[in-house]
Amino acid sequence: MTTKDSSGDVRLSGISKTYGSFTAVHPLDLTVPQGSFFALLGASGCGKTTTLRMIAGLEEPTSGTVFLGDQDVTALPPYKRPVNTVFQSYALFPHLDIFENVAFGLRRRGVKSVKKQVEEMLDLVQLGEQARKKPHQLSGGQQQRVAVARALINHPKVLLLDEPLGALDLKLRRQMQLELKRIQTEVGITFVHVTHDQEEAMTMADTVAVMNAGRVEQLGAPDELYENPRTTFVANFLGTSNLIEAEVDTKAGDDIVLKAGGGKLTLPSERCSASTATGGKVLVGVRPEKISLVHADDAGEIPDGRNRITGTIADASFIGVSTQYVIDSPICPELAVYVQNVERDGRLTPGADVVLHWSPAHTFGLDAAQDIDAGTEEEAA
Amino acid sequence: MSTLTEAPPPLAPAPEKKPPRRRGRLTPYWLLLPGILWLLIFFALPMIYQASTSVQTGSLEEGYEVTWHFATYWNALSEYWPQFLRSVLYAGSATVLCLLLGYPLAYLIAFRAGRWRNLIMILVIAPFFTSFLIRTLAWKTILADGSPVVGALNTLHILDVTSWLGITAGDRVLATPLAVVCGLTYNFLPFMILPLYTSLERIDGRLHEAAGDLYAKPWTTFRKVTFPLSMPGVVSGTLLTFIPAAGDYVNADLLGSTDTRMIGNVIQSQFLRILDYPTAAALSFILMFAILIMVTLYIRKSGTEDLV
Repeated sequence: MTTKDSSGDVRLSGISKTYGSFTAVHPLDLTVPQGSFFALLGASGCGKTTTLRMIAGLEEPTSGTVFLGDQDVTALPPYKRPVNTVFQSYALFPHLDIFENVAFGLRRRGVKSVKKQVEEMLDLVQLGEQARKKPHQLSGGQQQRVAVARALINHPKVLLLDEPLGALDLKLRRQMQLELKRIQTEVGITFVHVTHDQEEAMTMADTVAVMNAGRVEQLGAPDELYENPRTTFVANFLGTSNLIEAEVDTKAGDDIVLKAGGGKLTLPSERCSASTATGGKVLVGVRPEKISLVHADDAGEIPDGRNRITGTIADASFIGVSTQYVIDSPICPELAVYVQNVERDGRLTPGADVVLHWSPAHTFGLDAAQDIDAGTEEEAA
Repeated sequence: MSTLTEAPPPLAPAPEKKPPRRRGRLTPYWLLLPGILWLLIFFALPMIYQASTSVQTGSLEEGYEVTWHFATYWNALSEYWPQFLRSVLYAGSATVLCLLLGYPLAYLIAFRAGRWRNLIMILVIAPFFTSFLIRTLAWKTILADGSPVVGALNTLHILDVTSWLGITAGDRVLATPLAVVCGLTYNFLPFMILPLYTSLERIDGRLHEAAGDLYAKPWTTFRKVTFPLSMPGVVSGTLLTFIPAAGDYVNADLLGSTDTRMIGNVIQSQFLRILDYPTAAALSFILMFAILIMVTLYIRKSGTEDLV
């Protein structure tokens, strides 16, 4: 990404797609820089695949323009775009063997001697031995690699991946995530990856765009999205968040002090995406693993300057590396807290009175006008 | 149907994990029994009977006797080879025409028809609700001398071309090879369209997208992906058209003349009018073997075994 070459940039400008009265993608502006690994993340039906298909040319945008580098490709049919796709469930040609599947794109562009290139590409994806087999003779993971090889051999400016790992089992999926990341680093091509798996998006991509209901909710590096979500959807869809309803009380320097129940919580103002007028409602968010848990008897040991909430343990589940607690507090029911199992306090059992505390720097503030449950599993179900 | 009363005993619910009992192992064969009996009585026995007839000599008055007179085959072939050749030619032309007409239609139904799909399918099958004979007689009216269709063909000078090719005679269409091939094409077209449609419809639409994505223009996508994948349909469609068309005699009878007699007509008249049973049986066997050989060669050549 150090080069200034921008021929592999993907630029979407005001692009949208409607089917009858249903809007799959609202007008969207997006730039994917050359050489980056970009993930479009969202639940099914959020418009991520439609966006990808518009880049590929398989779907015609209702409005807007698609640029590849400086070239406007909006009106170009797929076979004229320097873009290749790895399809969901691969779409390998069942009547051709692996070699011919991989050679397909080269042959269509009139490349005469394909043998060397195809063999090199099959070696890259470790399928040199399988060249003369038919797709149905390969396992899911192997078919997946053929699909990647078939697309990559054409040296596209952009490689589009539509849920490429969706059909694989968990272990293989983890392995292929690393594999794809390795290939991307090796070939340096822009990858645009569509997935509904937040872990997959965060593991692989440099930049993640979280989509919901045809709009990009937030775009950024995985850690930035996770640490500082700007909407309740992102906060709940990427991992788990505790969201506490609070009211702006005062501003103290760079911090905002909020009233929640009887207590006060502090939040750095640059981590708040909501209006901070006094009396305004804000959802205060904190990730479960950022919270420390002490028994109410030891409350005096908590350092000053930390946000604290009192409550009662409603449930505790031991899952090996950590213990997951559900805490009922007068301020907020069912707060989730993950505690690493380093030194376990035997008193922390259901029914015990506890104090939760965390650093204000790990707190984020969201606009309270949103649906507090957006993006949670309960909502999706 | 006394044969069917010997139906197998009702199938006991098979135990899943226990080692199969003897009776359980025999169940598939019991289930096969009605079909096998049916084939034995209505296919194998008549075949054997006809085979024996074909090597008999004698006359109606004195009765027939098996004398292993294989010369009947040679005589039948040397006398009726033009009709054999004509049958292959007409059936082959009709098959090619069916493929040319049927493929675009099947393609349309499979990929483009959308909500019209069922309606078009019904229209394809609708002619079957009328008798084969009636449909063919209708063509007799359509192609009759002085009918609007023939008039139009004449005005457009198409008949001049077809007459020059020798498939029509003057300003007549009826009683010419063209009429017979048209009749065959019409009558067997659905047998082409249905298998083609089935195999086209099975093709995953994403394969077309994948081909387009890999720089194949629409026509190349058709040549390299759609058509090869529809080969099972092409093969079964052409077989379902060619085999019955080669043995057909109704079309040649109603739409043709004595110059367009096909082997089916010869067999029919040998059996029912001339009453020369050995020759008729021999001709039937020659036709059967000829078709078998052609079909085997065809399937070998089209190499579809591993596609189906």
